Amino acid sequence: MKITDDSPSVLSALDRPNSYIGRSVPRPNLKRLTQGRGQYVSDVALPRMAHVAFVRSPHAHARIVSIATETAKKSPGVIAVVTGAELAKVMTPWVGVLTHLKGLKSAPQHAIAVERACWQGEAVCAVVARTRAEAEDGCELVEVSYDPLPAVVDPETALDPTTPVIQPDLGDNLCFERKLDAGAVDKAFAESDAVVETTFVCGRHTGVTNEPRACVADWNEGEQRMTVYHGTQAPHMMQDLFAKHLGLAHQQVRVLTKDVGGSFGIKVHTYADEMATVALSKMLKRPVKFVADRLESFVTDIHARDHRIKAKIGVKSDGTITAFEIDDLTGIGPYSVYPRTSGIEANQVVNLVGGPYSCPNYRAQTRVVFTNKNVMCQYRAVGHPIAVAVTEGLVEQAAAKIGMDPLELRRRNLIADDAYPCTSAAGLKFEKLSHHEALAHLDAMMNYAGLRAEQAKLRQQGIYRGIGFASFIEVTNPSAAFYGVGGARITSQDGATVRLDAQGAVVVQTGVTEQGQGAEAVVAQCVASSFGVPLDRVRVITGDTDVTPYGGGTWASRAAGIGGEASWQAGKALRANVLAVAGSMLQTTPETLDIRNGVVVDKTTGNERLPLEELARVAYFRPDTLPAGIQAELMVTRHYVPRAWPFAFTNGIQASYLEVDTDSGFVKLLKHWCVEDCGTIINPQLVDEQIRGGVVQGIGAALFEQCLYDERGQMLNGTMADYLVPMAVEMPDIECGHVVSPTADSELGAKGAGEAGTAGAPASVMNAINDALRPLGAAPLTDMPFTPEKILRALGKV
Amino acid sequence: MKPAPFAYRKAHSLDEAVALMGQHKDARLLAGGQSLIATLNMRLSSPSLLVDINGISGLDRIEVKDGMVEIGALVRHVQAERSETIATVAPLIARAMPHIAHAAIRNRGTVGGSIAFADPAAELPACLLALGGDVLAAGPAGRRTIKADDFFKGLFETALEPDDVLTGIRVPAADANTRIGFAELARRHGDYAIVGLAASARADGPKLKDVRLAFFGVGDTPLRARAAEAALAGGDVEAAVAALDLAPHDDVQASADVKKHLAGVLLKRVAQQLMEPRA
Repeated sequence: MKITDDSPSVLSALDRPNSYIGRSVPRPNLKRLTQGRGQYVSDVALPRMAHVAFVRSPHAHARIVSIATETAKKSPGVIAVVTGAELAKVMTPWVGVLTHLKGLKSAPQHAIAVERACWQGEAVCAVVARTRAEAEDGCELVEVSYDPLPAVVDPETALDPTTPVIQPDLGDNLCFERKLDAGAVDKAFAESDAVVETTFVCGRHTGVTNEPRACVADWNEGEQRMTVYHGTQAPHMMQDLFAKHLGLAHQQVRVLTKDVGGSFGIKVHTYADEMATVALSKMLKRPVKFVADRLESFVTDIHARDHRIKAKIGVKSDGTITAFEIDDLTGIGPYSVYPRTSGIEANQVVNLVGGPYSCPNYRAQTRVVFTNKNVMCQYRAVGHPIAVAVTEGLVEQAAAKIGMDPLELRRRNLIADDAYPCTSAAGLKFEKLSHHEALAHLDAMMNYAGLRAEQAKLRQQGIYRGIGFASFIEVTNPSAAFYGVGGARITSQDGATVRLDAQGAVVVQTGVTEQGQGAEAVVAQCVASSFGVPLDRVRVITGDTDVTPYGGGTWASRAAGIGGEASWQAGKALRANVLAVAGSMLQTTPETLDIRNGVVVDKTTGNERLPLEELARVAYFRPDTLPAGIQAELMVTRHYVPRAWPFAFTNGIQASYLEVDTDSGFVKLLKHWCVEDCGTIINPQLVDEQIRGGVVQGIGAALFEQCLYDERGQMLNGTMADYLVPMAVEMPDIECGHVVSPTADSELGAKGAGEAGTAGAPASVMNAINDALRPLGAAPLTDMPFTPEKILRALGKV
Repeated sequence: MKPAPFAYRKAHSLDEAVALMGQHKDARLLAGGQSLIATLNMRLSSPSLLVDINGISGLDRIEVKDGMVEIGALVRHVQAERSETIATVAPLIARAMPHIAHAAIRNRGTVGGSIAFADPAAELPACLLALGGDVLAAGPAGRRTIKADDFFKGLFETALEPDDVLTGIRVPAADANTRIGFAELARRHGDYAIVGLAASARADGPKLKDVRLAFFGVGDTPLRARAAEAALAGGDVEAAVAALDLAPHDDVQASADVKKHLAGVLLKRVAQQLMEPRA
């Protein structure tokens, strides 16, 4: 891939001397990670550590009649064999609901199934042994007798009266529903010159992480304390949950999260097998390790995106969009996932459809139903790829129907760049977006007119290329409106503590976590810039609930925007404290001084006044020489939470250029563009690679990835050979461009960048395929992923 | 994904390997391990003994003898991929090589392992069949040769006996009149193909003779399409496509109908390659 850096220079209060804001500096953890010295949980080994493996239900739905464990207990190396009922004495069950998703309901879920298994892959018994291999040998000797029950696999019929109810105490299979009606939808459709009505399907898929889920739990009976080495995105959230369900206080639980081999949103949830591992450690009073293998990852890592959306758009012949309407249905498995719930994704779909456009008429309903498949929950760009596919699929079909260029139709409907602040039909509040500037940037960057000419010429030769677009908005930097108001103990604020060490370098402790995306780099850049030291004089510590400030961790594209701002402010505060000491040492006012490149300088002339190392020496070892009343405070903490806006929305537009082989139905991706606006860009290279990685995951959704289930609720392709993640050879060059509209809620002005690529890529690929096939009279494809089979069927070749 | 316990023996001679296989009825041979180890880790197979043949000398040679190319069982894919000899006298195998999985797998995987495992969607078994080659085996009764047409018996089932060791394959060395063709359709490069086709023929003036079409990914074994071969020898590509009598099954990547359609698409593409004189 070609790496282009076309980000505009950032000139603002952030543009301090030796600022690292807006610079593609290498991440500080690069060498450590590339030399294999990362601290991944999978590599953790402790004295007396045992390993757990789980016996998992082969049935989608079955009553557990009996579990015979005697033979397994005698297997070499086996330490304990524990059933759900036994473990329930140590750990209480949980219920994944949020009060602001009104009516959302779910049943209590245990760490290990008790009485019933509700999806293929749910753990029904744990075997703890000296090694993972011995634990797996033991699993083969556990005899579970099942009484299979009917499995609910089709969301379409999940609410039928004849369909069995999965959780009888809930009364039906409805987890959550929401209706929204804004403006005058029926009138708008009646006044439309054209209406497009279609059904979109998004394939169920999952976020295949490089490092599988992993945790090592270590209960110290003497200290009455639990230490959990955990590959998670949210250490403080997990501390709360481990404590709550083990009946412990927060101060009895320490969660350590160092390097994490990729998360993509799947590691921010409560997993029954991880909860069981922690409970087993407490029960057995020794360290217990669980690392999910690939086979169990596919049937237990959360799935996402399994939606069917009936959708409708109205347009006038001048291109004005008159109304959007959707009816969304999603099947989320037998439980709403704890603590974020499995209602958020559908809720986001309702919130986001039509989001980039000024159309005021919008009606939506969604129903979230229980099924006997693996649970679904939030995965990178939660709900966005679905909502963008629906919106942008409708927009391009409408453009085709009235014979208007798809970019022109967008120009006529995207919210004007000078219309902010404003509120969308669904009630989303936008501070400042830049749809039109982004579109113009994309138009020029891709040479749209030239591509259209090339496309037309090649069609004469029987070569079918397509160009597809997707405008999008993206939720980032969530305030307490996301989870806190719904009663979840998931903090939206985050903190940073900075300390000047005795040689004048800086140590930062932050509540955000490093998942491989570069959060450490961004935090270091913020502190180095606002305090005034070279980047290599900043060390970042993440992921230790004993040490790091209370924070939310890394999700919803919040690490840079929220964690970065806290770090920026902490660096500034430390600078003020250091300059107060420097002022007294130099007998001048602190206001005349600054810290630049690790040295206290005269603010006006830049002349060196005092090295930080000398200041630290005096402050720590000869404080007696400081004037009376001067106490050096060389460690400060600052927190930040977005307050003015519920979310910092970002926006952008993507384009895909591809060729369809009409004989084979294969799609060759030729090029992809993304112009996005994440506000202030702290590290252009990290932003671009987040965009590119996100686009690749979005392309996975469009062309490759799908968790396939049969009618009995058995997953059919749960291996890396059969579940197709996107790989480098098939990926096009991805060019990134930027518009910068900083949020005024923070001094830094950064919004999130981690999910924009994923949000828009599937829709742009879908639209490009349909653009390619339109002259052949193929019915538009709306059922992702677009396999060769589906394309051949659309072409009538099979 | 840890294998069930098994014993391990490293054989230092063919005789020793054959003897060990004879003594342990559920033993498996370990060559490159690229398929075997995965099946062990997934506990789809739990042999009591692995007999490692990597220490047997002489099985990693590529030699041309009497108009035939002999490729030893322990020749790694990467070795064949980079071999001048293979490129010159076994161009079909050279052309198939880049399609076989990924570099890391080609570094370890062996030609013999691929043939003996006989995955119906794999490239090399189809190439062997398309070239009308032989399988060389050693067993308790000594060495023997099995024709490719007689070798692939069923799903992962071959003419090898449990105590046979596959020692190599032999294919006719290409000459000026040799024509080859290869194409496959996989959703990602390196995956097992939805459908693939390996083909060979001999130029007969402007026409073709001895056409051999070996499809893979469409049945329990690599499959000859004999009616299509005859039609193609007659120079009629459309008739060859119409004569395809494959009966593939649905799988997670494509339905039987799609596989049949794609087989026709590949046949047209490969026919084009067969018609082209060698560069």
